[in-house]
Amino acid sequence: MSETASFLLDGMEIAFEEGDTIMDAALRAGAYIPHLCHNPEFTPHGSCRVCIVGVNGRHVSACTQPATAGAEVENNSAGVMEQRRNLLQMLFVEGNHVCPGCEVSGSCQLQAVAYYCNMLSPHYTHFFPRREVDASHPDIVIDFNRCILCELCVRASRDVDGKNVFSVSGRGIGSHLVINSPSSKLGDSEFAATDKAAHVCPVGAILHRNRGYGRPIGKRLYDLQPVSVVGDMHGGGKARKTDNG
Amino acid sequence: MDKFDSLDTFIGQLTGSATADPGQLLQYLYEIQYRYSCIPARAVELLAVRLGMPSARITGVIDYYSFLHKAPRGEFDILFSDSITDHMLGSRELMQQLCERLGVGKGIPRADGRVTIDTTSCTGICDQGPALLVNGWTVARLDATRIDTIADLVEAATPVSDWPVEFFQVADNIRRRDRLLTDTIIDGAALQALSLQGSDSLLDDLERSGLRGRGGAGFRTATKWRLCRAAEAAEHYVVCNADEGEPGTFKDRILLDSYADQMFEGMTLCAGIIGARQGYLYLRGEYRYLREPLEAVLARRREAGLLGTAIQGRAGFDFDIEIHMGAGAYICGEESALIESLEGKRGIARVRPPFPVTQGFRGQPTVVNNVETFMKAAAIAVHGAAWMTATGTPESTGTKLLSISGDCERPGIYEYPFGVSIRQVLQDCGAVDVQAVQVAGAAGTTIAAAEFDRVLAFEDVSTGGSFMVFNAARDMLDMVCNFAHFFAHESCGFCTPCRVGGVLLRDLVDKVCAGRASEFDLQEMRGIGKLMQQTSQCGLGTTAPNHVLNTLDKFPDSYRNRLRHSGFEPAFDLNAALDEARAITGRSDTGTTIKVKS
Repeated sequence: MSETASFLLDGMEIAFEEGDTIMDAALRAGAYIPHLCHNPEFTPHGSCRVCIVGVNGRHVSACTQPATAGAEVENNSAGVMEQRRNLLQMLFVEGNHVCPGCEVSGSCQLQAVAYYCNMLSPHYTHFFPRREVDASHPDIVIDFNRCILCELCVRASRDVDGKNVFSVSGRGIGSHLVINSPSSKLGDSEFAATDKAAHVCPVGAILHRNRGYGRPIGKRLYDLQPVSVVGDMHGGGKARKTDNG
Repeated sequence: MDKFDSLDTFIGQLTGSATADPGQLLQYLYEIQYRYSCIPARAVELLAVRLGMPSARITGVIDYYSFLHKAPRGEFDILFSDSITDHMLGSRELMQQLCERLGVGKGIPRADGRVTIDTTSCTGICDQGPALLVNGWTVARLDATRIDTIADLVEAATPVSDWPVEFFQVADNIRRRDRLLTDTIIDGAALQALSLQGSDSLLDDLERSGLRGRGGAGFRTATKWRLCRAAEAAEHYVVCNADEGEPGTFKDRILLDSYADQMFEGMTLCAGIIGARQGYLYLRGEYRYLREPLEAVLARRREAGLLGTAIQGRAGFDFDIEIHMGAGAYICGEESALIESLEGKRGIARVRPPFPVTQGFRGQPTVVNNVETFMKAAAIAVHGAAWMTATGTPESTGTKLLSISGDCERPGIYEYPFGVSIRQVLQDCGAVDVQAVQVAGAAGTTIAAAEFDRVLAFEDVSTGGSFMVFNAARDMLDMVCNFAHFFAHESCGFCTPCRVGGVLLRDLVDKVCAGRASEFDLQEMRGIGKLMQQTSQCGLGTTAPNHVLNTLDKFPDSYRNRLRHSGFEPAFDLNAALDEARAITGRSDTGTTIKVKS
């Protein structure tokens, strides 16, 4: 009974428990698999695909794939890292991500994972979508330009806050985050800065007012150490950041 | 009087007096759209209260499905089928003709609100196209005369119910029958076999028959039913996938039209085996005209004791079937997306595992099978496993229905034993001078002339039934362009590679078609295509780039002939990009135009 099952992650033995995904077991063992839409506090989502790993010749998302005994999981190979780089580049060109001008530069998980995966340029043709900024709330600003549709705020508001403030509308490339309120504005919703949903955004889409640059650029979470060492910007990892840097 | 005056009453009737079922949301929205030609904000408010769900979630569903609209469409909402085979039959020219006759642009309601003209993904009338939908009803065999008549009818505001009956006649066009279409069963015979033989013996028969899913994936039906039966749960469900959205496929339409009894019998048989009490037929919105006839078949079967409580007098054998309408979303043909849609949600494919056989509709074990699979299962119950294994190949037993369209003399439905060569099929349907066949639809395989001796079977060229023929006069890039736009339009938007990659791919295909691409762009297309195949979350994304990758390999000259002879070309057209600047400055002189070397 005491015998624990394990799989190999790039040759390293990782023990897992019944019901674990590859990601669960890897995180527990302190092994890093790049990810964006995953946060261990919430139900796995599997939409960003950045945690793609190779298992027996197939490509699966580590955050949703159940761990199986004896599996050989390919994580940091050149091929998998290239796929991740291309997926990240797609996320960068889809929205308007201007790192040098972004309030959360240095403590943004998208930026940090892109650095980790050695992404040097967005490569693909920019979409330059026109998206509005919602500044209707007294404590929070939403900059839809940076939303990567990870749905962490959707999950947090629904599952933890019990408010259903966010949801996704549209289809295909027209998919977008929407606010559940009579005017579709955040200020008109039940959202509060203390909500869990206000503290899960892996990019700079949900911003706390009056806190910008509280920590100077150069001293932020990922300025000092890579994401593989310090983990997610909010929860789920070893470190926490202060909001907006 | 405002046309929405009756809205409150209508929604009240729709949702009933007691607790309304949130799972019925899509069905409610479909009915509201159908009646009012849009879903006004007031309807969203009312439903939010009735169903106890956030209004943003309701608008999320409306914005997801192509046939649902927040803003009013025209009194006549006309949608031209936009499949490549419709194009080949002249649909775009006919749409242009109708737009000009009625003085309306594509997609924008006419100022008086009379009419909207737009395109929609393949409506499954490929053998008798071009086709359109008017307020949801199918009109086939369009030509210039018919378009003129339609323009007159619209101008005269003649209700669609008073349009000429022949407009709405859709033929079966069955050109070749084999065992399935010949050896049909007597109503109730499969269920009798079940009560005589028992579930275990029937599942053994099904296994010996080698029946595999006819939707294209080819999962063994007996295994699926066994897994579902073995899963312990409060309820089990049977779902028939009649969301036949793959471009060029229309064989389920014929089965639903002329063989519905046997399909429903197959579903009931499955229910008897797995212990389901409720079944659903998920019918694509494009087949709106089949709904009432199918309801009539269900009513007749209830009457005959083949549905309802104590089926065929067997105490405890209770099962009924409800029809759910789709609302314009190709992805809902994917079984987990279909289940989401059946639950009234946006049709986003689920993460698997768990698979529907253990956690499907409402989290309960669910069998989802194609129309043709259920029909076959019923036949096997009556005729036995040997009836099935007598034809086909060892890996792919029995026959397969093909929907043949495109450049051939006799388009329509052909039933062949598996293992038939593509060459044979082409000969039978009267196709000459063929350069390519697209097998299994936009998501399928492009077969070039050198491969015509390959055979249709799970072990060689697998297919759900779509078979589109392209003669030597066609430009294969027209097909590629049509498919690339189709997939970008139909991506659900959940995962990055399909959502973003599909649009990047579409834009690169457009760049090639516009004669502005370079060799570098072709390499880019390969890279993006491969990434989509390997990393997408569901079958839509993994198959969406097939047509590009196939044609790059097999028809390289179609691309090369359009390339600019340079290593790199920018993604944007420099002059076109200056349009906005010209508009702002009000200038249009030569000084605002850049000369581009060509």
